[in-house]
Amino acid sequence: MSTDTDTAHRHVDTKPVDAVAIRFCGDSGDGMQLTGGLFTNTAALFGNDIATYPDFPAEIRAPRGTTFGVSGFQVQFASTDIFTPGDAVNALVAMNPAGFKTNIMDVEPGGIVIVNEDEFNKANFKKCGYEASYDPLDDDELNRRYQIVRVPMTRLTRESLTDAGMGAKDVDRCRNMYALGIVCWLYDRPLDPTIRFLDNFFGKKKDKPEVAAANIKALKAGFFFGETAELFPVRYQVARARLNPGKYRKISGNEATALGFVTAAAKANKQLVYASYPITPASEVLHTLSRLKRYGVTTFQAEDEISAVCAAIGASFAGQLALTGTSGPGLALKGEGIGLAVMLEVPLVVIDVQRAGPSTGMPTKTEQADLLMALWGRPGESPCIVVAPRSPSDCFDMAIEAFRLAVRYMCPVIYLSDGYIANGAEPWLLPDLDAIEPIQIEHPSETNNPDGTFLPYKRDPETLARPWAIPGTEGLEHRLGGLEKEADTGNVSYDPENHDQMVRTRAAKVLKAADIIPLLEVRGPESGDALLLGWGGTYGTITTAGDELREAGHSVSTAHLQYLNPFPKNLPDVLGRFKTIIIPEINLGQLLKVIRAEYLIDAVGINEMRGKMFRIADLVEKTLQIIGR
Amino acid sequence: MHDTQLPTYKPKDFATDQDVRWCPGCGDYAILKAVQKTLPTLGRRKEDYVFVSGIGCAARFPYYMDTYGLHSIHGRAPAFATGIKLANPALDVWLVSGDGDLLSIGGNHTMHTMRRNVDINILLLNNRIYGLTKGQYSPTSEFGKKTKSTPVGSPDYPVNPLSWAIGGGCTFVARSIDIDVLHLEKVMARAAAHRGTSFVEVYQDCNIYNHQTWFYASQKKTRPDSTIQLEPGKPMIFGADSDKGLQMDGTRLKVVELGNGVSESDLLLHDETDRGLAFMLTQLSFPEFPEPLGIIYASTEQETYDHVVHEQIRQAIEMDGKGDLHKLLHEGETWVVEDD
Repeated sequence: MSTDTDTAHRHVDTKPVDAVAIRFCGDSGDGMQLTGGLFTNTAALFGNDIATYPDFPAEIRAPRGTTFGVSGFQVQFASTDIFTPGDAVNALVAMNPAGFKTNIMDVEPGGIVIVNEDEFNKANFKKCGYEASYDPLDDDELNRRYQIVRVPMTRLTRESLTDAGMGAKDVDRCRNMYALGIVCWLYDRPLDPTIRFLDNFFGKKKDKPEVAAANIKALKAGFFFGETAELFPVRYQVARARLNPGKYRKISGNEATALGFVTAAAKANKQLVYASYPITPASEVLHTLSRLKRYGVTTFQAEDEISAVCAAIGASFAGQLALTGTSGPGLALKGEGIGLAVMLEVPLVVIDVQRAGPSTGMPTKTEQADLLMALWGRPGESPCIVVAPRSPSDCFDMAIEAFRLAVRYMCPVIYLSDGYIANGAEPWLLPDLDAIEPIQIEHPSETNNPDGTFLPYKRDPETLARPWAIPGTEGLEHRLGGLEKEADTGNVSYDPENHDQMVRTRAAKVLKAADIIPLLEVRGPESGDALLLGWGGTYGTITTAGDELREAGHSVSTAHLQYLNPFPKNLPDVLGRFKTIIIPEINLGQLLKVIRAEYLIDAVGINEMRGKMFRIADLVEKTLQIIGR
Repeated sequence: MHDTQLPTYKPKDFATDQDVRWCPGCGDYAILKAVQKTLPTLGRRKEDYVFVSGIGCAARFPYYMDTYGLHSIHGRAPAFATGIKLANPALDVWLVSGDGDLLSIGGNHTMHTMRRNVDINILLLNNRIYGLTKGQYSPTSEFGKKTKSTPVGSPDYPVNPLSWAIGGGCTFVARSIDIDVLHLEKVMARAAAHRGTSFVEVYQDCNIYNHQTWFYASQKKTRPDSTIQLEPGKPMIFGADSDKGLQMDGTRLKVVELGNGVSESDLLLHDETDRGLAFMLTQLSFPEFPEPLGIIYASTEQETYDHVVHEQIRQAIEMDGKGDLHKLLHEGETWVVEDD
């Protein structure tokens, strides 16, 4: 289907821009996530680079019109390579006063604010805590600061759908498409991808062609309104980005995580057993994997977090690729189980999609405060390999990497994602599956002792890993357990020298992983005044801040750790080449503590815990303060 | 995997070279022996057995069985067992643990394993005390029991493991006793043959911290009057002279004496498949009633969890074919960036 949206009836200048950040906000029932997602698809299919940031309310359906029921979706689309959904919002679409109130402060001065004027009434002002006598749309200060564009979206949507044959409630649910139509006009993006989606989703999948038709009509009405209403003096155009050639799709971190682990299992020629207990923001991984039974995936929704990790360990002992997933509170509960996996020396991968804590904290908001728990949050000396994807698409690669390390070193690997990259999306250059190295697994079938017995803890001299003999193999019957093991035989041992040796060996084995993990890369000059060192989901923001600082002439480079234990071998060397090491983290300084302790370097932290990603501008400013410029 | 016919095993083929470290006189020795005698009769290969346990004296069990074994962490053995069956449903998984492990810290997992009907065999070695931690009361200890942690008597009412199992949806529920190795073997063979979760409570004597707790039921002199041996389809008779029986009295069970107009044909017949009757039987306790031994409940109507899970996978593949990873990654809307 094609639309005649290319013919403008009115001449409006088009202004080219490099990047635009738009935020859609409204009530949690207003369909803002869908609206944002559709605009993102449109921009991505057009060829822009994109990065998104959905901001969900904690409540599923908070009372209408309240600030805590506001759902937001931000997308930045660009003609250049971008790493974040953007700091300052260039255009805000606010479907109600609550959305306006909670988001207006993030709009850049002079930014466009498109509001659904019909919802700006006394009843709604009251619901979101404005004085009943105060209409923010009439606020002189706000009108000076922003280009507020009032559109009576409710009325116009209703008028455009008078003959749609639908009830008022259903008609009103098309308002988000009306808003999307306006935005598509303003930023010169085609309607076709959205029309295609609406046809498929409502028309075919839900078998409601009348709903599809109404939404499409509202979308077009919004587009034509932008064109004819003369509310906007200029349209903006963001050219295609020069991305690396190849085939792309849009992917969120949680989707990429699920696909990465499925791919790991295929590359290992194993079943993937995913045992998990629902928890925000990790549940989507369980949802995704539970649909992939045909791909060799078994999912187990356990009765609790502890059962999930223990079932995974059981599955690993029995010879499959075992995965469990959770968020911070669940990682705490899994601690004892992970410690057992350290002792048993079986491969296990534990996903922790971090969220703001402590305790229940802010489940839908992001944080990086589980690093120290991942490193040390278990009884006794129980080292694990710890990896952290740095962007939504990187989740795919790091998931494969996690299993590669777990089976090679026969130990648990903790995979630290976070709410920001788990829910955020970006274009993903689809990988060539054949180019991904197989994951080598060898289950012994013969005894390994000249006397004909099997030694379950006899180690490979290169990796220090023990053999992964699995039940069902004749002649290799053996017992594993949480009690300390005698070297080689694995029999229970309380011998002091043996324990000392086994503790050291388990630690040495994990450090061995540094032999095969990639070296840390520096973006910018290899030495200089300052290095911004990050880990996990802050990659995009720190990288962008570093690029901006260098453009402004400062001697600042960036580096990002995807491996937190062990560290890349060249880390001390990299750290030694910069006068100041600055470590931005969304916690009170956890990597900072490790770096200071490990390398005796007087590193400095930039720390914020707002449940959100850093603002690039803040990182730039704080970095300049630290380096004294 | 197996290229030869089933070897003939002897009990000693299932014994390891490890010294058994239970206290001399512990009831666990007899249970270990009974298991080692039962396995050779089951027609399975040694390498297909996995013994799983939690923490406690009983949980040392796997170290003494020359099979695959997993001595896990406190209370979680049912979860490990579930994971093993998910990964490889062909394995024969036995879970051996104590009352503290399975009913207290691990109560949650035990309950959920039962309701899912995971195809494993659970042996609950019930000695009504915490042995390994040196004598605190357990979830099956009597109300008012004086122990190290309850100097003036336990304020907890005990859990009834078998009622709990019936209520939890367990499909096979039985009881045996440590000193009666022949009875144990018989019950275990039935448990092994059951598809689904089988739960066998074994009255086990801790001769250090709770000696003689089951003597009323285990000693030759008192056993006939304090227990009743259940046989499917047979009248419920007990007593040293086989002169007593169980009858329905309205909605309740009552003990009757045979003779004086009461004959065997007036007694209740045991029906293993009757869940309601099974619950009533699990509620019987001495001295008001004889305590039932043998198979109390066995139902084969429910599919096993591991079967259902793997059947879903099989059906998904049958319906849409084995997943093509390339297609999966390329799903949804994609776009191509040309080389320029």
